[in-house]
Amino acid sequence: MKRSFVLIRTNQVSLINKKTDSKADIQILDGNNAAAHGAKLSRIQVIAAYPITPQTPLTETLSEFVEGGELTAEYIAVEGEHSALAVCASASMVGARTFTGTSSHGLAYMHEMLHWTAGARLPVVLACVNRAIGAPWNILNDQQDSISQRDTGWIQIYARNNQEILDSVIQAYKIAETVYVPVMVCYDGYILSHTEMPVDVPSQEDVDRFLPSYKPHTILDPANPKNYNLVTLANPRVNAEGTLCHGYMELRYLLQEAIRNSRETIARVGQEFGEQFGRSYSSMLWEDRLDDADIVIVAMGSLAMEALVAADMLREEGHKVGVLGLRVFRPFPKGDLVKALRKSRLILVFDKNISYGLEGATCSEIKSALYGTHVNAVIRNFIVGLGGRDVKARELADAVNKSLWLVKEGALTSDYPEWICHI
Amino acid sequence: MGTRSCQHICDESSPAIGEAGKTGEWRDSFPVIDQKKCIPARQNKPTCFLCWLYCPDGVISKTMPVGIDLEYCKGCGICARVCPADAITMVNEEEFRPD
Repeated sequence: MKRSFVLIRTNQVSLINKKTDSKADIQILDGNNAAAHGAKLSRIQVIAAYPITPQTPLTETLSEFVEGGELTAEYIAVEGEHSALAVCASASMVGARTFTGTSSHGLAYMHEMLHWTAGARLPVVLACVNRAIGAPWNILNDQQDSISQRDTGWIQIYARNNQEILDSVIQAYKIAETVYVPVMVCYDGYILSHTEMPVDVPSQEDVDRFLPSYKPHTILDPANPKNYNLVTLANPRVNAEGTLCHGYMELRYLLQEAIRNSRETIARVGQEFGEQFGRSYSSMLWEDRLDDADIVIVAMGSLAMEALVAADMLREEGHKVGVLGLRVFRPFPKGDLVKALRKSRLILVFDKNISYGLEGATCSEIKSALYGTHVNAVIRNFIVGLGGRDVKARELADAVNKSLWLVKEGALTSDYPEWICHI
Repeated sequence: MGTRSCQHICDESSPAIGEAGKTGEWRDSFPVIDQKKCIPARQNKPTCFLCWLYCPDGVISKTMPVGIDLEYCKGCGICARVCPADAITMVNEEEFRPD
């Protein structure tokens, strides 16, 4: 294995980044702690969350920050996730920067409010600690929970490691508050949430310089009474003040346009983040050795990190393999993807989710993105790692080798996804 | 899109009478007050007003005599139920038209 980890002997190391002049404070943090630090540095004002494995340490850390006086925020204890997001949406509407986090069944329970928050165009940021959904009960990792919420009108960002979790939470506020669309920062349960890694925690002054304060598009203020999101019929209508107002369909169109156009904001915010902190997020994708690769492994979240190790193995075996990590799943980075995959002949999509009756969600979307383009690659889908099933780099490499052999034999079928499991 | 005069990105309006349309059109029966039975009218003093208190649409006035705004009354019949003097009767909209 070529990739090496930075060895850190003490718990905290201070470094100065010569390029950006910003002070680095390396701490050993698990994913939940990284998310909590990101939220704290973003100066969140209202937190409402309900504990659920594997998100629990995130809520615990945030409540400790509030109790210990490190963070000036209202921590509102609620009786469930539906209420958690209802509190965040309401607080966002009166002008507060809000944060919540959940997993699996908790996110499913929020479903209605996910739609409501996006429809009301409230820039709430949610940390989704990816966990499998029952039945049967399972507390371990896959991405079925957030993929199931794909069509709720939220921007979805997937982190590959703990540094990306912290960085993505801070960026999420700037993105959400620019385009007025809520952002879900997703990271794999246990694999990231409970695994400690060195994380460069930026200083509060630097984050303050990067992230301006929240300016709501409208404020619910008793001094100036307003109706929000009342019964809105399909057609435009003239309101009591004589203004021609949008109908339901126009508001839906505006949400779609906002998310579609958020690509530019996401890239710009990622670039600004790079200029400030030295870690650039200017692309919606993570591209690794795609310049000469005719075989491309596609994955999302921590699996995109594991795929780098698989690519190392395959390169040693003489194959020109590259890795494409999907950082942003919504808006789907169609154009960037076509550009990144232009040289590929064989695309292997590894999904930690299954859209029952078809295939993995990212595979379907990649196929749809490539429709009508000049990219004419064989696309193969693998369903892996459901319910916390360990995915080893060797298994990914073997799946690639097997696919290459099938292509050679002319026996490749891509009708249904292949499952890496014991059936 | 044809609705550019509205700059809102979510549904937003100022509270105003008639914002949701003439809701009286939803009704299939309407309340009629018998002023001979109605307590404020009978006693000639501002009292009772239970109908005003219970009306979920705020269309009953706390006046002498008690009035009902039939432009917005949805005809739920709660006023008729709560009236201690049985002064309010719900009348079928199909058979009678309110004047």
